[in-house]
Amino acid sequence: MAEIRSILATDCGSTTTKAIFIEKQNGEYRLVVRGQAPTTVEAPFDDVTVGVVNAVREVEELAGRRILDDTNHIITPTRADGSGVDVYLSTSSAGGGLQMTVAGVVKAMSAESAERAALGAGAIIIDVIAVDDGRKDYEKVKRIRELRPDMILCSGGTDGGTVKHLVEMAEMLVSADPKPRLGIGLRLPVIYAGNKEAREPIKDILDDRVDLRIVDNLRPTLDRENLDPAREAIHELFLQHVMQQAPGYGKLSDWVSSGIMSTPNAVGKIIQTVAEQQNIDVLAADIGGATTDVFSVFGGIYNRTVSANLGMSYSICNVLAEAGVAGIKRWTPFDVDDAGLRNTLRNKMIRPTTVPQSLRDLRVEQAVSREALRLAFEHHKTLARSLKGVQTQRTIGELMDQKETGATLVNLMNLNMIVGSGGVLSHAPRRVEAAYMMLDAFQPEGVTMLAVDSIFMMPQLGVLSTIHPEAAAQVFQRDCLIKLGSVIAPTGKGKLGEPALCVTIDNETHTVTHGSLKLVPLGIGESRMATIKPFGKLDVGAGRGRELTATVEGGAVGLIIDCRGRPVYLPEDPKARIEMLLRWYAAFGLEAE
Amino acid sequence: MGTAYTPGLKVSSGTTIQKQRRLPLKGEVLVKQGDKVTASTIVARTDIPGIIQTVKVAEILGLEPAEAIAALQVREGDQVTAGLLFAETKSFFGLIKTECKTPFSGTIELISPATGHVGVRQPSKPVEISAYINGTIAEVLPDEGVVVETYGALVQGIFGVGGERMGKLRVAVSSADEVLTSDHITDDHAGSVIVGGSGAAPDALRKASDIGAVGVVVGAIIDLDLVEYLGHDIGVAITGHEPINTTLILTEGFGSIAMAARTFKLLNTLEGRDVSINGATQIRAGVIRPEIIAPLADKPTAQDQADTGQRLDVGTSIRVIREPYFGRLGSVTKLPPELVEVESGAVVRILEARLQDGENVIVPRANVEIIEG
Repeated sequence: MAEIRSILATDCGSTTTKAIFIEKQNGEYRLVVRGQAPTTVEAPFDDVTVGVVNAVREVEELAGRRILDDTNHIITPTRADGSGVDVYLSTSSAGGGLQMTVAGVVKAMSAESAERAALGAGAIIIDVIAVDDGRKDYEKVKRIRELRPDMILCSGGTDGGTVKHLVEMAEMLVSADPKPRLGIGLRLPVIYAGNKEAREPIKDILDDRVDLRIVDNLRPTLDRENLDPAREAIHELFLQHVMQQAPGYGKLSDWVSSGIMSTPNAVGKIIQTVAEQQNIDVLAADIGGATTDVFSVFGGIYNRTVSANLGMSYSICNVLAEAGVAGIKRWTPFDVDDAGLRNTLRNKMIRPTTVPQSLRDLRVEQAVSREALRLAFEHHKTLARSLKGVQTQRTIGELMDQKETGATLVNLMNLNMIVGSGGVLSHAPRRVEAAYMMLDAFQPEGVTMLAVDSIFMMPQLGVLSTIHPEAAAQVFQRDCLIKLGSVIAPTGKGKLGEPALCVTIDNETHTVTHGSLKLVPLGIGESRMATIKPFGKLDVGAGRGRELTATVEGGAVGLIIDCRGRPVYLPEDPKARIEMLLRWYAAFGLEAE
Repeated sequence: MGTAYTPGLKVSSGTTIQKQRRLPLKGEVLVKQGDKVTASTIVARTDIPGIIQTVKVAEILGLEPAEAIAALQVREGDQVTAGLLFAETKSFFGLIKTECKTPFSGTIELISPATGHVGVRQPSKPVEISAYINGTIAEVLPDEGVVVETYGALVQGIFGVGGERMGKLRVAVSSADEVLTSDHITDDHAGSVIVGGSGAAPDALRKASDIGAVGVVVGAIIDLDLVEYLGHDIGVAITGHEPINTTLILTEGFGSIAMAARTFKLLNTLEGRDVSINGATQIRAGVIRPEIIAPLADKPTAQDQADTGQRLDVGTSIRVIREPYFGRLGSVTKLPPELVEVESGAVVRILEARLQDGENVIVPRANVEIIEG
């Protein structure tokens, strides 16, 4: 294969189609320009390629390079006259994304593994069905029928284990006679990834009723997950079924150099690539208008969750419902009238394109984002966990630790980097505001780098990483990621106002007290060795009260020393709380209102 | 010139309106292209297959699956009625009898040797869809439904709850800034769509529902009043299936906001007319806004008066739809092309406007709505 020098990649989102153009310059891949246009999957266009062409047209104008031919097709590979691109790739989340129902025998075991498989493949889970989910059979049948997913993933039983429950599950599917969301009259794709002993009976029951695919068991033994075959089948069916039904996607499929990938699947790919290449634990969150996706790689294990009803516009009132007025108000550095707050959020919901004009309005929106991100992260912790039901031999020490099987994999002390994405973070008027929101929402421990995705090009880089990981990683590091700075945050308790941490950098010592935070200037690309000495029983990663020497890195914000406690301590009394918030805002050099 | 980015809701005294009416599954279309239909005409129907109810014969009889299947007295394809004996076993020289009867009526569709279960498919349920608006069948979607077309007035709201309803439109208040109260509503409003002004008091909504009004259209509502009316909070902006008698449509938003003068004026001209309304709202890709449709008898030869593609220009009347000037009216005085930093620090395209009280303000273009009248 000839060397790839120019790459065009688009992401067809629900509202906007974003195109990026990457070129190899002086030996490294760099983002050259980007363009965007409204997505056109709906009437009157009903053809996604119209939006793609419009976005690419903008790229052409900005880059001064011809990419489209006279018939508005993307030219690949690059022609001798320099027109076109070597590779064209695309991701898509338009038309509601990939909506799946997953089924398993035991809710906390095979059904949960199936959920992880589907989420990792970029799906939105609309229901999880299990033999022990507490619902009666007819209720499950009714639910399957009402929901009309794009596909169903069935799992359950270790290889050689139960067959009966799986047959019952298949019979339940027959009973529901489910229809796919798109394409009236088509058979629903069903992936079977359970006990291999049950394949034949499952085939007998389902083969002539649904479009059945059989893949390796996603939980062949209790202590092992094998999610990749199921994920690949989901991706294949997404291309063959869902994408082919969406308007214009048949045409788009012919244009791309590699299969169209669902947007969250692609974001997951780039996160995994970065974690693998740098050998680090990474957490990434993408907060949109309707949903919040959280991705993580801890100890090499990748997980993704999507909180379908946590977002900043369409779902903003669901954040209100889940967090409550008090939950949102605790982050506003001024008093807010409850009824007024509710009306404000409702008006944002029905007019999602409005922007905060006043600082006060911005602070309210940022308070909502803290809760949306926090709730989505809590959800992520519950699913990103070790396998339940696995028998492990424990030492006395472990027994004392009360560690259970099924404990979350999320270990904030080991976490190296948090990447924030989505309008409220990427487009926060001041970068320090993005850092502050992420700090409150995720409450990292130890030493952690905070970063934001500058223009949300992680999807395009994710799909690129599948064919050219080097190019994807280079652009991710140089053009996509904006490092905000390292955070040093101890865990443990102490008295407000008393010294918590001494951080020495370049012979200068910064002492920070309990209940406060400090911003130390440290620019982009600057890194230093820091000696971090916790007082009392505080822990910054080396153990309680133990000194830690670590490399800290600067960024668009600087080095943040956060001694506000974990969880962040906020007084109950509104006046005291606001006073404390005002001090923190001042520490960040931010005005409250 | 510039574009107002906000919803661009249609408020038209006369436009061609098309509505797609689609079955959930393939079925039979009952009308043909060109047919005249009324809102209640059934245009397509289908049968939704019943669900299979499982009778766990093996468990009931205490047998192995294969033994249970051998004892069955019914076969696949048999029509059965509730109470029919499926199988029985005898023990202790026939003294103890265990019976398995079906609690469901239907057709036996599944006999599973692996589980010893029998699946009874219950009878199918007919589903019909109506035309929803008075009009003409413009297109038949074979086996799936139709497109109904009409000429009429169309008002799109910003948010609604409750589904499709039909009734006569009745304006119950005298001005666009008057709040609809229970005093405005009488028993005569049964079956009608009641138009209020700036808002609806909680007792007005209760009374409208009690007397059997099919809809209420007002400018705005206090959020907590809506929660009280529905009996639950709304998390995500996807509505239309609430189990309420009276569909509620808001034309402006939440809080207390007078109905746009132009909307109120148009609704006044529709007094007494048959209207079709739907509160269904979905705010994301594939936006659905609530609507009030009043089919009119004759289509004028002149062009449609639909207001799409509204443009911002100096002199255009606007309403601000976000703090700090939320709800205030004014007119555009300047449309600078460059990006400007506003108080929040956001760098956006803005406009300059003179508000009704004479104050000159700067507002992000995304935060205004064009109004007329």
